[in-house]
Formats: sequence, structure tokens, C-alpha cells
Amino acid sequence: MNKNLSKHLAPGHSACAGCAFPSIVRTILGEATTPVVISNATGCLEVTSTIYPYTAWNVPYIHSAFENAAATISGVERAYLAMKKKGKIKKKIKFVVFGGDGGTYDIGLQSLSGALERGHDFLYVCYDNGGYMNTGNQRSSATPYGAGTETTPLGKESFGKVETRKSLMEIVAAHRISYAAQANVSNLADLKTKAKKALSVSGPSFLLVFSPCTNNWKFPTSQYVAISKLASETNFWPLYEIENGKYKLNFEPKTLKPVAEFLKTQGRFKHLFSEKNKLVLGQIQKKVNSEFAKIASLCGLL
Amino acid sequence: MEKGAIIKHDIKKSPRTGSWRYMKPEVDKDKCIGCATCVPFCPEASITVNSEQKSVNNKKKSKGVAEIDYEFCKGCGVCAQVCPVKAILMKKN
Repeated sequence: MNKNLSKHLAPGHSACAGCAFPSIVRTILGEATTPVVISNATGCLEVTSTIYPYTAWNVPYIHSAFENAAATISGVERAYLAMKKKGKIKKKIKFVVFGGDGGTYDIGLQSLSGALERGHDFLYVCYDNGGYMNTGNQRSSATPYGAGTETTPLGKESFGKVETRKSLMEIVAAHRISYAAQANVSNLADLKTKAKKALSVSGPSFLLVFSPCTNNWKFPTSQYVAISKLASETNFWPLYEIENGKYKLNFEPKTLKPVAEFLKTQGRFKHLFSEKNKLVLGQIQKKVNSEFAKIASLCGLL
Repeated sequence: MEKGAIIKHDIKKSPRTGSWRYMKPEVDKDKCIGCATCVPFCPEASITVNSEQKSVNNKKKSKGVAEIDYEFCKGCGVCAQVCPVKAILMKKN
């Protein structure tokens, strides 16, 4: 057991072999210079790390429901401020929320928006695996176009999800918070700098981290790093940050690969490579290009 | 003391997830360069770089070599995949 890495999240959790989020959690919390308090939305991370009577968390941790991780941390933070005012707590504490894309994009969006607007001093981390993986791969609003899931099944009439994924970064940026960034688990150096920045601002900050799911994206357990790397190299998941309203692109692939390179690594997109679904594949490439062009122009690169 | 629903972290109570493993990663100490690329990617935080081991078979190891704790290793194979010198091999458990 690596003592240094298991300071916050210890092993013994029951996340699938080859899951990406333990590495995300450890990297982000590893950058904290003060004690942290964690709130967690319902999701894979919550159910796998807190199986009674064991908890993998070595730090104060609270989970109350699916939709209110951000609201819960708001309350904790205000209680901390009140106790600090009374002199009962002296040290500085940082508050961190972890939520999956279900608990952030869909179910917890309202409480996240509220907490961002009220300006609590916390960092919200969304690990995005594109679906409700904990209950067996149902579609969420983060599921990419064309992906086969349990609720967007494949068949003669259907090629998977027909809607485009929601741009959560734009929603968060609309709250005019001082720091928000999109990161990727394959690029831990970049994730580290972003975590450091996000933890150092006072007030709300937000990180959206790409987190491949071996079970429901249907790829071998050893591949999460390779696949997330491909996501950034194909511009499917560009890495950028929004610091005080200023966009900055953090990573540009040396040679841009077609998005099919990323899609073909996963079973959930397997059907797109049949003759019948050729158009859908073209659509995905178009969507990725236009989405990236939008971000690039916001970064002042076009 | 445990009160209500509050539980304290105790590694002794944790499930030994090493029993999940059907493929076992083995470090080829000759090849390992001690770069620690595999360390942060391991979902179970099972890998440490032993910086005290400075030589293997009379070969100098300036950064030490990687060591895997099999108590929690689930055998996913991420370490073998990310290793830049292919010093970790997956073998049948």
C-alpha cells in the first residue's frame, strides 16, 4: 500500500478493477495544503468507497443524497464559518465535493447552481463517465451522441443516443466563478496544476474530469489511461480552463487524430462502424469539430 | 468511539480486494527504471517505488524499483499498460 497516496482515499474500496476515479480523487486531494472536508453525491464513488462497516475515506466525509451534494457542503461551510467566528475552530479548512455526471449534470444541477451563485468557498469536482454506471449504464445528459446504453438500446431502428451531450462547462462559466477547468485523468500533471489553482481560489471553483468506465464503455480493464489520452488527442475532450472569465487552452495534440480512433476502442460505439451507421460517425466528427472550434475561438485561437 | 452513522477509517476492516485478481502484475526488476509512472494511475494505490534498492543483479538503479502490494491489487493491468519500458508483465494468478 502506498502510504503517501492513500492519505485521503485508502485502498479496500470496491471500485471495479481498472476504474479511473480513485486516481482523480487522490491527485486532486494530494494538492490540498489544508485539511479537507468531503461531500459526495450518490454514485459509483460513494457506493464503492463507503461499504459499511468500512470506509475508505481517511478524511471527514458526508453523503446525504443524490441531488444535494453541493447544498450539503454549503451547509457544512456555513457551519464552519459560524464556528470560526465563535472561536471554536481556528484552522483553515477547504471543502471539496465529488460527484459523478449523473449527480452533477442531471440530478444535482440545481443545488450546484445554487451553491455556485451563493459563493461558498468550495471546489466541486465532477468525474464524467458519461452515464449512470453505478446502476448499469443508463443514459445521462453527459452521454455522448451515438453511444449505446441501457436506455438508448441499439437495434434496427436505433443507433444509440440521439441527443448531443450537454455543455456543463458553459453552464458553470455562466455563474461567473473565478476558476473552472476541464481536465483529463490521463494527464495528471495538468490535473495537478488545475487542482492547485482550484483549491487556492477563495469562493467556488469547478473541475470537470474525464473518467473512462471499463465496465460500461466496454473496454479491457487495463485501458483507461490509453483511452482517456485518445479522447484529448482527438479533441473529443479538449483541456482548457476559465480563469476569471478568460479562456485558455492547455493542451494541443501534436497530430490531431480522427475521432473514430477514440470511438473504436469502446464497445458502446461498436455499432457505428457498420455500413449502416456511417452517417452517424460523420455526424460525431462534425460535432467534435464544431465544439472544439467554439472553445478555440473563446480561447482566442481562431 | 463510533456514534450513530459515523464510522472511522480502519484499514483492518477493509475487504482484501486482492482476492478479485485473476491476472497478476509482476515487476521485472532488471527492466524497471523507477520512473514511477505507474504509481499514480494504480486505482488501489498498491505500487510504491522502493528508492532504497539501488542495484539489481549488479545493475545500478538510481531511482529504485517499483514494488506491488498484492493485498489490494485487483489485477486490472493498468500499470503494465502505462509502463514506458514494459517492465510489468501480467501473468496468470
